[in-house]
Amino acid sequence: GSLTKLAYYSTVQHKVAKVRSFDHSGKDTERDHEPPYEISVQEEITARLHFIKFENTYIEACLDFIKDHLVNTETKVIQATGGGAYKFKDLIEEKLRLKVDKEDVMTCLIKGCNFVLKNIPHEAFVYQKDSDPEFRFQTNHPHIFPYLLVNIGSGVSIVKVETEDRFEWVGGSSIGGGTFWGLGALLTKTKKFDELLHLASRGQHSNVDMLVRDVYGGAHQTLGLSGNLIASSFGKSATADQEFSKEDMAKSLLHMISNDIGQLACLHARLHSLDRVYFGGFFIRGHPVTMRTITYSINFFSKGEVQALFLRHEGYLGAIGAFLKGAEQDNPNQYSWGENYACSSGLMSASPELGPAQRARSGTFDLLEMDRLERPLVNLPLLLDPPSYVPDTVDLTDDALARKYWLTCFEEALDGVVKRAVASQPDSVDAAERAEKFRQKYWNKLQTLRQQPFAYGTLTVRSLLDTREHCLNEFNFPDPYSKVKQRENGVALRCFPGVVRSLDALGWEDRQLALVKGLLAGNVFDWGAKAVSDVLESDPYFGFEEAKRKLQERPWLVDSYSEWLRRLKGPPHKCALIFADNSGIDIILGVFPFVRELLLRGTEVILACNSGPALNDVTHSESLIVAERIAGMDPVVHSALREERLLLVQTGSSSPCLDLSRLDKGLAALVRERGADLVVIEGMGRAVHTNYHAALRCESLKLAVIKNTWLAERLGGRLFSVIFKYEVPAE
Amino acid sequence: MRRLGPFHPRVHWAAPPSLSSGLHRLLFLRGTRIPSSTTLSPPRHDSLSLDGGTVNPPRVREPTGREAFGPSPASSDWLPARWRNGRGGRPRARLCSGWTAAEEFSRARTLSPHGGPSLVRGLTSGWRPRVLRKRYLRGPPAPIVFPWFGLDIGGTLVKLVYFEPKDITAEEEEEEVESLKSIRKYLTSNVAYGSTGIRDVHLELKDLTLCGRKGNLHFIRFPTHDMPAFIQMGRDKNFSSLHTVFCATGGGAYKFEQDFLTIGDLQLCKLDELDCLIKGILYIDSVGFNGRSQCYYFENPADSEKCQKLPFDLKNPYPLLLVNIGSGVSILAVYSKDNYKRVTGTSLGGGTFFGLCCLLTGCTTFEEALEMASRGDSTKVDKLVRDIYGGDYERFGLPGWAVASSFGNMMSKEKREAVSKEDLARATLITITNNIGSIARMCALNENINQVVFVGNFLRINTIAMRLLAYALDYWSKGQLKALFSEHEGYFGAVGALLELLKIP
Repeated sequence: GSLTKLAYYSTVQHKVAKVRSFDHSGKDTERDHEPPYEISVQEEITARLHFIKFENTYIEACLDFIKDHLVNTETKVIQATGGGAYKFKDLIEEKLRLKVDKEDVMTCLIKGCNFVLKNIPHEAFVYQKDSDPEFRFQTNHPHIFPYLLVNIGSGVSIVKVETEDRFEWVGGSSIGGGTFWGLGALLTKTKKFDELLHLASRGQHSNVDMLVRDVYGGAHQTLGLSGNLIASSFGKSATADQEFSKEDMAKSLLHMISNDIGQLACLHARLHSLDRVYFGGFFIRGHPVTMRTITYSINFFSKGEVQALFLRHEGYLGAIGAFLKGAEQDNPNQYSWGENYACSSGLMSASPELGPAQRARSGTFDLLEMDRLERPLVNLPLLLDPPSYVPDTVDLTDDALARKYWLTCFEEALDGVVKRAVASQPDSVDAAERAEKFRQKYWNKLQTLRQQPFAYGTLTVRSLLDTREHCLNEFNFPDPYSKVKQRENGVALRCFPGVVRSLDALGWEDRQLALVKGLLAGNVFDWGAKAVSDVLESDPYFGFEEAKRKLQERPWLVDSYSEWLRRLKGPPHKCALIFADNSGIDIILGVFPFVRELLLRGTEVILACNSGPALNDVTHSESLIVAERIAGMDPVVHSALREERLLLVQTGSSSPCLDLSRLDKGLAALVRERGADLVVIEGMGRAVHTNYHAALRCESLKLAVIKNTWLAERLGGRLFSVIFKYEVPAE
Repeated sequence: MRRLGPFHPRVHWAAPPSLSSGLHRLLFLRGTRIPSSTTLSPPRHDSLSLDGGTVNPPRVREPTGREAFGPSPASSDWLPARWRNGRGGRPRARLCSGWTAAEEFSRARTLSPHGGPSLVRGLTSGWRPRVLRKRYLRGPPAPIVFPWFGLDIGGTLVKLVYFEPKDITAEEEEEEVESLKSIRKYLTSNVAYGSTGIRDVHLELKDLTLCGRKGNLHFIRFPTHDMPAFIQMGRDKNFSSLHTVFCATGGGAYKFEQDFLTIGDLQLCKLDELDCLIKGILYIDSVGFNGRSQCYYFENPADSEKCQKLPFDLKNPYPLLLVNIGSGVSILAVYSKDNYKRVTGTSLGGGTFFGLCCLLTGCTTFEEALEMASRGDSTKVDKLVRDIYGGDYERFGLPGWAVASSFGNMMSKEKREAVSKEDLARATLITITNNIGSIARMCALNENINQVVFVGNFLRINTIAMRLLAYALDYWSKGQLKALFSEHEGYFGAVGALLELLKIP
């Protein structure tokens, strides 16, 4: 077509913060003023998939772009698909000195479709023209097969996809995008596809089509018919001797083609008993007009039984598929991939109502980048109903008020993040410059999201946080809080023995409450929340005890502590899975004493921490050191670690939030193996912004302190209100 | 060309259209009879017929003064001036037991000065039920008076069937009112009426026995846009004096009902068009085509040398997929004489072909469009599979000759400049036909039916489309589906309406 889509695989060098235990050979060393571990920044190489879309006229510029970015590549072959594979073969081969392999279009398309459906959250959406937002994103379904893919290019191909490698062409139609374009050009003398769509969006098809009311007169009303149904497309141009406007003809043509495709898709869906139909191809490609008419037609013909779904990265499917095919020996499918929000352009509303300048922005150059994640991600086996699980509590695309608030909140916090980023790299000469670039990038993302909240799927607090992390990483600020975390971990470790001693001095019942309060107080230490980071910045000695005083008195905002206490009087849990939040006081003085009590009850504990850094959240590697240090002080933890009754695992995530449908495969296996029957989720990001409504198959404890006035008020409480949500699944 | 409207209540309509919310209403109505004051479903067995005889039996021949039936202005329409001022015919007052429709109309108008729906309500609730009640109370209906018409008013074409009795006794001849006679003579002695009315002489069914009368069945069509002239002619010629009721089907039966009443003083008996269609097809198939078979199919449709049109004996008609291609397309699954459902429909029908041809080529008649199409080459316009893949697309088993994108070549400026009007007409014909074939095939698969009968005026003199349908169905179903056609392709609705008039089951 007129757009070229290129996919390439590159390795990206990133600075990564590593932590390493000191070698404690000298046992008597006075450690009070030493950090508990050392931090080093290393270069790490991660694999990244790049997808670029641009107008064919820009091909040379684009090839230069790729050439510049193709560093250290050993690639010798480039995979190409589509008609342009023939057209630009020589140019690409000469420019990049790579061999061009031509791949089968449909195979590529389906491979690409499977890939995005599996790897990109909120990839698919339904389009509803008159609702706000127009885009309704679907949560990723764990079982993507079988589905029907209707690709509307020049013609229409309808493919039933049954498994990763098995698909079947079940039908097609010659009436497709080429018909709209070709016939449209003949009828209206308008040469460009986009212009035709623009014409169509302004036309009145009823001037050209013979409607039911034209045939029935006014009687359609008394017959209960909609007079607006089209009886015969272009029917009026046969009976009336008049001139028709370009707009009206284009509109009529659009309706005719969309309806026809929708009808055929429904007939095929019914024949194969499928209710999910994905639409793709240049006819659809983000054009609201065509998405709208297709959706309408599908609803009409299937009476709502079939859902018309569109894909955010529809334009890349072929390129992704071609790439995957070429990379078969590396088998990218064995990895999990994550969309990099920092580098991807996001979905643009290609509404014809937008000016051509705005459209050009989306059409001429568009990027999608995906990072290869270290490990494959899977569902938490304890989810009650994986297909209906939605991590996020509030959909900001839906909730305009909340969206406005959070976007502003993130804008206001940006200065602090920039400052923190610069401060984290005092030895770097270009830190300030990079931090400024980061600011620009993230600011622009926030502005884009104000205009197009749907740009990266459903907008949530989680996606805003993740985008910020991605942007920081992009400018080599891998872990701006590493020093803060190091210091806080050191302080907290020194307090650990005292805290445990005073807990042990309490009676059983008092101790249980103190442990929970400790968990909550620890959770106040969160650099993610502006209210807290202000206090922390101004008063670094803000202590554990002071935090406890800040907490809301019982009864808490959400308070099922009594039920929890009653449960504790019963038999111990077999195994608890705990998702930790912040480092420092939170993990050391809050979580570990709680863990210790569980261990003493005879409950095994799986402590899950983030694989990569996010804010001041404790990372898996930090947790290993912390646990080791605590084991040195506490025999309970020591023996539990040795006997593998306490296991430290990574979540597979680098987000301040938690998506229980994308967790490390090893964690999932362990949860299954140990028969976890209690899940503890701690912190605002993991238990309030996400998972607040998550339903599990076992008991769960969600606790957090609301450290944001707006959110607290929204929930009906005040700053530092406590959420203590203990849930037992219904029998 | 006739199109089937959605008025059968079990039916959902063809193509969604403008995205108005009114549509949803329709969807919900599926499966229920739509209550309507203009009640579309005349009672199945006792339809409101003209014989009115039940009310006052021998009134048919009652002479009435000529003066009772308005003057006859000079006529410019396509029916002759002769056709007027018949004597005889009872005033419809009898039908309505005391009210004439005209009186009822003026009464309704008084009640509802703004006209509109209340007008309709007034008319129907006013007198029709009373008639029905009386008819039930009286004995069997008397013989139906001539003339016998069946009317099907489609979106593009009006189809009229007329039964010409050939067994008129001398006595009858003598008693026959002048206007009746002139109608008969006029219709049977001409093949064209005015500039647009045409009698399809080759379709005439000879020596047919209907309701105990022997005669010929004539098939006449004229464009729907001439309907006002037709009604005006009815008024001028005082049709109403013939005490006849027009049994009419098609959307136009609704659209023009008021005009018939107010201008022509004629009461239309509106009939369900799908009922009429099926009735008509089954009847016509049963009487054959003057000793020949009504139904036929094509052997070797793709091979112009070996292609043969062969008779088909529709002895096991059920189940049957009926594809009626008028201006739009309706697809019905027929399981028995009175068990059928409308499966779907599409707005890409004959009207689309002709409409697009008019826009693309400037042609003015359907015949002209077809003639151009017969001389064109669609492969210059369409993008074929081989244009994209260089040959067959083996991965999907697509032959190189298959059309990949209709009008796909027209995306390119050079190619747009290189095509002729004939090529465009051909491509339009192929596009519409292939699409209908494809939807019909999917419906046949979904309904598990393997014989598909294509009817409707789109197929009139349209061998290209018929052969293409025959070939496409056979090819894509790997020989599982058979495309059948019928000689009287577009007239079944009108025939069904006539059968309703005669109450032939």
